[in-house]
Amino acid sequence: MLMKRRGTVLVFAVFLLASCRGTTHEHTPIHPNLNMDYQERFDPQEANAFFADGRSMRPPVPGTVARGFLHEDTRFHEGRNADGSYVEAMPIPLTIELLEYGQTRYDIFCTPCHGAAGDGGGIITTGDFGYTPATTYHNDRLREETDGYLYDVIANGVRTMPGYAHQIPVADRWAIVAYVRALQRSQYASESDVPAVLLDDIRRGAGAGENE
Amino acid sequence: MPQLFPRRANALPILSLVGALVGGVATVGFVWYYFSPEYTDVGYAPEQPVPYSHRLHAGELGLDCRYCHTNVEMTAEANLPPTETCMNCHAQVQTEALSLQPVRKSWAEDMPVEWIKVNFLPDYVHFSHAAHVNNGVGCETCHGRVDLMDVVFQPEPLSMGWCLDCHRNPEEQLRPDEAVTLMGYEHPADFMERNAERIEREGIQPPVNCSACHY
Repeated sequence: MLMKRRGTVLVFAVFLLASCRGTTHEHTPIHPNLNMDYQERFDPQEANAFFADGRSMRPPVPGTVARGFLHEDTRFHEGRNADGSYVEAMPIPLTIELLEYGQTRYDIFCTPCHGAAGDGGGIITTGDFGYTPATTYHNDRLREETDGYLYDVIANGVRTMPGYAHQIPVADRWAIVAYVRALQRSQYASESDVPAVLLDDIRRGAGAGENE
Repeated sequence: MPQLFPRRANALPILSLVGALVGGVATVGFVWYYFSPEYTDVGYAPEQPVPYSHRLHAGELGLDCRYCHTNVEMTAEANLPPTETCMNCHAQVQTEALSLQPVRKSWAEDMPVEWIKVNFLPDYVHFSHAAHVNNGVGCETCHGRVDLMDVVFQPEPLSMGWCLDCHRNPEEQLRPDEAVTLMGYEHPADFMERNAERIEREGIQPPVNCSACHY
């Protein structure tokens, strides 16, 4: 019995010491002193055997409101007016910083399906994965939709698109709405939208601003 | 009176000296190599309940890191995505795949997928992802080329010495904000000067005191 155990320890020791630095292994990292490594408390996303679902993070009771999170302003938080209709325009001021921030958020969350140009040419919809193709933003229906509608789609989803409420915070959703509007303009611009300074360059067939 | 020590005892002083030297060097070398977190922690790659591949999702599909790890810019904790995030796509993609069975089960039963944490820090260390990501520390710097990992492993020791190396010389690692989630970023030739200038401009002061992490 003792001999058998000694053999096991030896084999285990050899197994632990046989590899070199930097090779991948499946055994838990060896921390000789575990006194305070795993403390008597629960961090986010840890396991808690007390509850049936094993989660340490408890979902809040539906209908409760945390301090500072009373979403009074339905125009900002839901994109709807008091009577339930979509707001026409964004309830926050449009700045170039907001647009640039919206671009980063759009590139993270939207490009996989909608593509960088907003034409539905993202890798998930073009890559033969069987996903329902994303609608292009560049059609009259979506150009005429209100900002509130776009916000609502981001928050709650539409048809086969899931809602992104759990991934994108409220302010970021408005930033994305602003950037989608900019994308739509980019594919639907008229001559009057281009600064006169650049028009001559474009007419000559040069890229805009090349002669500056 | 017979001699107390035999003749061959003459070799003892030499032997014990050599033994002490060789043994000492061997012991130091052994401990240095095998007792370091470089050996004990690096390369930890447990088998996860779902054979999730970062190489496919982050590498080939080109998803941004923040699509799933959404809180990394906002909170100390870089969250694992909930099952809801998986189901954004996998409600329609690979709906029959056997490897995704635990995800579908988790979605149907409202039970969590029991992922295994790889990059573990002891509970007496407080690390904030947001503080680093918002000041130009790239994901790759600490987590390696995740976009090439089929199975995630721990590429760095996460030891205190390793943390402090960077806190003492941050200009060696920082990158521009727009390259933070970029994998395979290459520093321009003058990046040390640029970073030094940025540290000066933004007042980045990586703490090297106890309270910063150990409270």
